[in-house]
Amino acid sequence: MNLADENFELREVQRLEGHTDKVWGLAWKPATGVNGIPAVLASCSGDKTIRVWEQSPATGSFHCKAVLEDAHTRTVRSCAWSPCGKLLATASFDATTAIWEDAGGDFDFVCVSTLEGHENEVKSVSWNASGSRIATCARDKTVWIWEVLPHNEYDNLTVLQGHTQDVKMVQWHPSVDILFSCSYDNTIKVWAEDGDDDWHCIQTLDESSSDDLTIKIWGADIMKMHSGDGNADWDGIISTGAADDAIRLFVESEDGLVDGPKYKLLLKKEKAHDMDVNAVQWSSMEHKRLASASDDGTVKIWEFIQKKLQL
Amino acid sequence: MFTHHIRDIKDPEHPYPLEELKVITEDAIEVDDKRSHVRVTFIPTVEHCIMATVDIRVAPGTHATEAAVNKQLNDKERVAAALENPNLVDMVDECLAPSFE
Repeated sequence: MNLADENFELREVQRLEGHTDKVWGLAWKPATGVNGIPAVLASCSGDKTIRVWEQSPATGSFHCKAVLEDAHTRTVRSCAWSPCGKLLATASFDATTAIWEDAGGDFDFVCVSTLEGHENEVKSVSWNASGSRIATCARDKTVWIWEVLPHNEYDNLTVLQGHTQDVKMVQWHPSVDILFSCSYDNTIKVWAEDGDDDWHCIQTLDESSSDDLTIKIWGADIMKMHSGDGNADWDGIISTGAADDAIRLFVESEDGLVDGPKYKLLLKKEKAHDMDVNAVQWSSMEHKRLASASDDGTVKIWEFIQKKLQL
Repeated sequence: MFTHHIRDIKDPEHPYPLEELKVITEDAIEVDDKRSHVRVTFIPTVEHCIMATVDIRVAPGTHATEAAVNKQLNDKERVAAALENPNLVDMVDECLAPSFE
């Protein structure tokens, strides 16, 4: 499919209401939305709760199946499913990260562990590809790595120092145990271990200011990286949510292959929400669907559509 | 009009409203309705005072680490977290209460 020449649209499919404060983050549950398994989405909010939504196979609409409350005493800033989908980690301004389990698969989530140690607001949580490690980061300028042990035990392996201001987000590489962190100190740090869980910063990327309103694409020489799940037609569409209430989609441009790939704006959805868009994520198995979270207290589900040209 | 709200805000460290202290004047406020954007430029009364609104900048040359302060003041996440602090909210409410002569 040639994305460059066609007309595309981001169509709002549903508006999920329920949260009573800003929705800061969201995460699609892995391995759902495919093979007859209904899609499941978690969202987290300034109302101190996490909501879990499931799509009804009959009607296609999403319903709230669970409200995870009473574990966090402040804003829940970020949520992330373990790769197997059995656990949900939630990071909060109350300085803790909670781990939830839905043992029976009936949306009866129980908080099975609480990771403590950060001195102040935890901003982000991420699982590595195998689900054996969790990373968290906070305003206290540190990144913590936790080992996932049997029986809902979690051990802090290391406290990574190096950033000189708040650490805003952590994200593991999709296939190898390399961790990325980005900070208000205008740098991105790359962390790796030497095989003995001795973690250190192997690189610092510092060519940008963190509020210069751009997205930067970094290349790696170590290996080719692919996004998507093998659906080559939909590979590499980047979605962004911004404080101008808009959602933008960027796609690799076919020109300029001399120095490396270039990206161009494919689509801008203005007023996607009534207020800032804090998070966007493509659903993992079906690339045509996108979820967005906003300060307006709602989550929206979007469908990415190719419009038929009028002849 | 937006100015009406700001001019009467009391400086928490001085008993006079911001407008009287010449911390805020009408020129210092720029509204961009289309992009839902308001910019307020203020001159802090002391070097380390911090209060947050929408998008505010320290007038250049008037604060020790103005770039760092600008960034934090515009950091929505920091502001949201600070407002969860009940002590801070009380202080903000007090500053926003109208002053009676």
